[in-house]
Amino acid sequence: MAAPASAEEKVLVTGNVAAAEGAVRAGCRFYFGYPITPQNDLPEYMSSRMPEVGGTFIQAESELAAISLVHGAAAAGGRAMTSSSSPGISLKQEGLSYLAGSELPALIVNVQRGGPGLGDVRCGQADYFQATRGGGHGDYRLLVLAPHTVQETFDLAYEAFDLAEARRCPVMILTDQQLGQMMEPLVPAPMKDLPAVQDHPWALTGAEGRPRRIVKSFYWRPGELEEFNRRLREKYMRMEKELPRWEEDRAADADVVLVAYGTSARIAREAVDVARGEGIRAGLVRPITLWPFPAAPLAAAARRGARFLVVEMSWGQMIDDVKLSLYGTPRPVDLCWRAGGGVPTVAEVAECIRKARR
Amino acid sequence: MKPAEAKLKAGRPRLLLPDRTHYCAGCGHGVVHRIIAEVLQEWGIRGQAIGMAPVGCAVLMYQYLDIDACESPHGRTPEVAAGIKRARPDKLVFSYQGDGDLAAIGTNEIIHVANRGEPISVIFVNNAVYGMTGGQMAPTTVPGQKTTTTPKGRSVTAEGYPVRVCELLAALEKPAYLERCVIGSAKEIQRTKNAIKKSFRVQRDLGAFSLVEILSPCPTYWRVPPAKSVKYIETWMEQIFPPGVVKDVTK
Ligand SMILES: Cc1ncc(C[n+]2csc(CCOP(=O)(O)OP(=O)(O)O)c2C)c(N)n1
Repeated sequence: MAAPASAEEKVLVTGNVAAAEGAVRAGCRFYFGYPITPQNDLPEYMSSRMPEVGGTFIQAESELAAISLVHGAAAAGGRAMTSSSSPGISLKQEGLSYLAGSELPALIVNVQRGGPGLGDVRCGQADYFQATRGGGHGDYRLLVLAPHTVQETFDLAYEAFDLAEARRCPVMILTDQQLGQMMEPLVPAPMKDLPAVQDHPWALTGAEGRPRRIVKSFYWRPGELEEFNRRLREKYMRMEKELPRWEEDRAADADVVLVAYGTSARIAREAVDVARGEGIRAGLVRPITLWPFPAAPLAAAARRGARFLVVEMSWGQMIDDVKLSLYGTPRPVDLCWRAGGGVPTVAEVAECIRKARR
Repeated sequence: MKPAEAKLKAGRPRLLLPDRTHYCAGCGHGVVHRIIAEVLQEWGIRGQAIGMAPVGCAVLMYQYLDIDACESPHGRTPEVAAGIKRARPDKLVFSYQGDGDLAAIGTNEIIHVANRGEPISVIFVNNAVYGMTGGQMAPTTVPGQKTTTTPKGRSVTAEGYPVRVCELLAALEKPAYLERCVIGSAKEIQRTKNAIKKSFRVQRDLGAFSLVEILSPCPTYWRVPPAKSVKYIETWMEQIFPPGVVKDVTK
């Protein structure tokens, strides 16, 4: 696609391209990646888009290298991103842990496919644990954003760097094969006016006329690492308090509250339509941040006696967070799942709703 | 010249901070740090330099050098350096690496950074062992050398031959300058300093990739007294890693 010329322009693009263009318009000038289906149109798009905006595109020799290039560009004050799909994201875990430990902002897009192992290039949501628990070694989290439309993919990519820089942490956009490859209309926001590299107070710019700066995650003096972890924990606890985001659809009076993100949320919404048509009071809570997980709307629904139905393309990972959200008010939580490339149908989810109500 | 006189004459470069280093007696890392500090100071470019510390004994390089610095996952050092250089092309960016970092876990990274011709300077400290983790075999451990994981000496049958990094990289088109030096005699140390200067010049003036390999003593894990480690390099290492210019496009 040719880059849309103005904000009024409506374009038809894939979710992957929307993520790329959202990042570009947010001022991302450094893209590093390695090919893997189903996200290849993202790096392909960036290979021509980055030179247009005076940015840098490198097809790295591996995901390890790509995330390391992100590490360097981010440390130097650039808005840097990488993208991949499940097996490649596994390789990036080393870099993610170091980014979190070095408190560097960055954007990572995971267009999930089926696993484990090489799995399949079809749809999946089985990287939920990996994404929301940090994924690499050590105590840290990623801020995980889960769009469910092409427009929202753009919008979250557009916002991601502001969040990442404000909290000094890596941000992951977690999508899936269907969301990444399907086309929908997009009205893109305008290009942000930012320099290619910013002089953050921690950024490596050369220590001209100032004390040196060190970007690192190694704390070797006794007690130093513990102190750092205490500070990190406080930071992440603040994020837990301030950042949960979600969308509710007919959840206020629902007897059965569906919980789903990404492609599953689109299907769940249609299943809610079907159930409502049959007189079943169903509704949807769609987490937009997967970490921090929006526990509040679920706890509130539990208190007024709702039952829950989690829809996800894995044997059940997000369901654990739903159960944790209800802590103190135990309510039935059912799971409607397909995994290994399977996508639940509206009819399947509607049937799960009927069962959950009984 | 007696060591005391040498010290008096040279003094401590300001960019080498007065911390006591954690290096063992006779270790080459401190000498290489000092050379870097001297060059940056002589050229008056403290404010232009950004250094990459590796995972390895030299991870605390940033503790001792008064410049902006970054640390990376083990072996990814040159890619992180390349990311910095892409973002700040006007700065002098160098990647400081040990032989495990560069020639084992980071082999992929160094080859591709060199092949893309990323305009960074790589300072490659080859001490033929893994120092940081207790003296295990490195990709550059010489045949017969005893390490904590080759208790009977490196066997070429089982473990292969040492990796010659300069010669390997010389097979690529883009590297502009590759030289192997030694932390040994005063003359050799001066040659090492000149090589590092040249590498920085190649980065600045040609915008090209270069690497200086430095055969460097590790008396602790070679199990030789510091005073004998220079002899050890001559006897054991230089046969396999002949010092000299391996590639130089400026000539
Ligand atoms: C991923 C990973 N694997 C292993 C280690 C452990 N480790 C730390 S330093 C090192 C080897 C260092 O050897 P070298 O690069 O030769 O540097 P030296 O310490 O000899 O200067 C290893 C294996 C690590 N920190 N990270």
